Formats: sequence, C-alpha cells, structure tokens
Amino acid sequence: MLCQECDKKPATLHFTKIVNGEKTEFHICESCARERGEGIPGTANGFSIHSLLSGLLDFEPVGNMNALGAKPAQQLRCDNCGLTYTQFSKMGRFGCSNCYTQFGSKLDPILKRVHGNTTHVGKIPKRTGVQILLRREIDELKRDLNMQIEQQEFEAAAGLRDRIRELERKIADV
Amino acid sequence: MSKRSYVEEALSDWMKGNGPDTDVVISSRIRIARNLSGHPFPMLATSQQAQEVMKQLTDVAANGRLDSYGPFETIELSQLSELERRVLVEKHLISPNLANESRCGAVMLSDNESISIMVNEEDHLRIQCLYPGFQIKEAWTVASRIDDIFEEVTDYAFDERRGYLTSCPTNVGTGIRSSVMMHLPGLVLTQQINRILSAIQQVGLAVRGIYGEGSEALGNLFQISNQITLGQSEGEIIENLHSVARQIIEHERAARQRLLEESRVRLEDRVLRSYGTLSHAMIMDSKEAAQRLSDVRLGIDLGLVREVSPQVMNEMMVLTQPGFLQQVFREKMTPEQRDIRRAELIRKQLQSETDHGGV
Repeated sequence: MLCQECDKKPATLHFTKIVNGEKTEFHICESCARERGEGIPGTANGFSIHSLLSGLLDFEPVGNMNALGAKPAQQLRCDNCGLTYTQFSKMGRFGCSNCYTQFGSKLDPILKRVHGNTTHVGKIPKRTGVQILLRREIDELKRDLNMQIEQQEFEAAAGLRDRIRELERKIADV
Repeated sequence: MSKRSYVEEALSDWMKGNGPDTDVVISSRIRIARNLSGHPFPMLATSQQAQEVMKQLTDVAANGRLDSYGPFETIELSQLSELERRVLVEKHLISPNLANESRCGAVMLSDNESISIMVNEEDHLRIQCLYPGFQIKEAWTVASRIDDIFEEVTDYAFDERRGYLTSCPTNVGTGIRSSVMMHLPGLVLTQQINRILSAIQQVGLAVRGIYGEGSEALGNLFQISNQITLGQSEGEIIENLHSVARQIIEHERAARQRLLEESRVRLEDRVLRSYGTLSHAMIMDSKEAAQRLSDVRLGIDLGLVREVSPQVMNEMMVLTQPGFLQQVFREKMTPEQRDIRRAELIRKQLQSETDHGGV
C-alpha cells in the first residue's frame, strides 16, 4: 500500500481515528506523518494521550445541559480546593479528590473517551473497603425489607431488620 | 545501604538480568498511584500540607512496616544535588517528574532497588516495583502487598464508582501502570516494528522510549504499557499486557532466527562492527552508543559474541547516560567532553570483560 499523502513511499503507519463515533483511516509513510504532526510511537513527537487530554476536557455535549438547566461546566468550582472546571480543563489535573464529586456530572464523557469506561471494577481497599462491601449488602437487604413489608410478610421482614442491625453494628466497629 | 550506593553503583537488581525471557524483555514494572483522602493533591498543596503528607507516608517505612521487603532507605529529594537526582532517574528509581517538579518529594528505596515508593509526585503516593526480565505478574503481587501495607495505616482517596482517585484522569480507577521494557532489534531490522507498534496501540496499549513519555526509542528499546486504568480489573490489565508482550517476544525471536538463517554474515558484520567500534572509538555520542550497544546485545543473545555478558550491556546502557557519566568521573562536562568520556568508559568496561573471560 502506498502512502495516501505523497503516493510515493510505502505506507508504514496506519491510524484509525474515531471521533464522535465517526471512523477515519489513514495510511501514510513516516516522513508524511512527521510533516502532518501525526505522532510516531516511541519518538519525541509521539502521540500521547496527555497531549490530547486538554482537548477532550473542553468537550461539552451540545444541547443537553441547556435542556436540563444544568450549570455550564465553565462555572463549576470545587468548594474544597477551589479549582474551577476551566482550570481543570486547561491543566488536565484535578486539585483534590473532592473535585471528582464536584465535577461529577461532567466526567462521564471524559472518562468514557479516555478509558472507554466510567466505573471502577478493580481492587477495593482492604480496610476502608470493608465498609463499602458491608454498605452494599445493607442497601440490598433494605430493598428486600421494603419488598417484604409491601407484601405484608412481617416475619421475614423482622429477620431482615435484625440482619441489617447486625451489619450496621459491624460497620460501627470497623 | 546509604544514599551513596544508590547514586554510585550503576547495577540495580533489574539490570542483572536474572529473570525469565531476558533475551527480549529487559525489565517489568508496575506503578500504582494512590492519594490520601482529605488532602489536596501535590500540585495544589501548600508546603505545610505537602510536608504533612511526606511525614505520614515516610513514617510507614520508618516504623518498620515494610521490613519484610528488605531494609528501606528514605531519601528526601531536597537532600540530593541536581546530578544525583538525574542519576536516580537514569536508573529508573524515580520519575523525572519527582526529580524536577516535586515539592517535599521523597523516595523510599529497598536495598536491592526493586521497590521504590515515591511521595509527592503527581500523586501523594506512587509505588513502583521493577523486576528484571518478564515478571510483570510477580511485580504486581509485590506492589499490591505494599499497597495493602500503606492502606492499613492511611485513608486512601477512594470512590466506589471511580475507584482510586488520582490527580490525572488518565490514572483513575485502578491507578495502575504496568509496563515491560523490550529490546526489539530483530523486529526493527526486519522492518516489522511499525506494523507491530500500531497493532499494539489498537489494543489499548501505549509504546514509549526507554525514559518514558516523550522519550525516543533509543537502542531498539521500547516500553509497552497499559493506557486504560478504569473499567478493567488489575488482573485483566496485566493479563492483556502479558499476552501481548508474550506474542511480541515470539515475533522478536522468530525475526532473529530469520536474520540468522537468511543473512547471517551481514548480521555478524553489523554486530562485530559495532563491537569493534565500542572497543576502540575515542568519541561516542549517546545515540550512537545506544545503537551499538543494542547491536552487541543482540550478538550476545544470538551467541555471536561470547566474551561479554548481557548484564554488562544493561549496565552500560545506564552508565553511559549523561548524569551517570558525570557522577562516575566526578566532573561537570560539556556534551563534547561527555562523548569522549563515554567512549573511554565503554572501552574500559569491554576490556575488563574480555580480561575476565565474560560468561
């Protein structure tokens, strides 16, 4: 395959870009790639997700915020560290862990683009995570409890209530 | 072990080459990013806040909690000269970011230099395990245990939905960066490398040069690492890297065999020319050194050069870096002086190898 830019040299770099779901393919040679500024892996001008990141952060889904009456992202500010969303999108760095909560509504599309996902499925801290696991169990039991009460299964409900209390005591002990 | 040996001896454990698949994989590395809840990230922390974080985290080593992984030494970056910092970066014991941009930065180093725990880098805590050869799963096991030890006494910034919260959104979730450093002269010489590198990128992995992001792939060394940290478990991330690296190892070995079979004399010529140049040249810039060292290393792995051991090549890769050269010769040098000293150092090393009969 010849380079689609110069039509002279063989194409050695093959890119697939997916922007807003639209797929574009490039087949180019190294010298054309350099000229175009398309990164060559492992070289100084290499494509890096960091350099793209600040571009991604400006991304704002058109229309949806006005429809929902949400605050424009640019006015968001973390009330813990004071970082604004605008600063965040320039630097590509959060100021503190609270920023994740404060900018929460805007993060899904960014995380989706960077990782293809928005939700953690890996390790949970052993010590503090015990509470998370217990709380998940309690939430589930509470849902069951409500169901039993609706169905007037009071005996089963009492059992669930005792179990919930037991777990709540456990959380308090951790 | 004192700070002295960390900066003066070039040979860390990871360079000694006692690991699986060292003919292709130089080293395997896991890095985990963690932050303390309730503290601003290092970028926005005041000096006092950064100081508190440093105290809290370095206390973990000081209180002997890491002792089952060997003696640790804590070094504050402010105790080091610019040159010493550079040497630690060249040995891959600390990141360039910690060396150049951190405030109240510190590193806890295990005495065999396979574990380095950085404080106040981009995140409060960066746990790194660096192993020789292809041992990415082993490195994760140790890194994860060290992580547990810190978690016993510190509250991490963790969110059920987002996972471990990090300063940069590219690390959030697992906070893990797993990477292997591969020597791929066979794929470069047979011109398959670009095809393979672009395939690697399509499966969510990144390729970089030996000194990380933005650095050039000198000496046919490529660092391959995971890009995604959220939405996959650590096990999946490592397995993905492991299986891709495994395939690259096989491709590289096949390429080397093909070169041996199809163009043995040309390959020998290339290897021995480089060996000759390294043994006799008076001036050697770092780019040429990297390329020549790569050629000779390939020759050693294929049995074409027998009088030099592979770990000397690993060691020379680090020794011939600008910071290390100045450390060895104890003088500040211009780039021209460095090229002369570099050639001198390589000549001496190769001379002493052949005197001792190599391997």
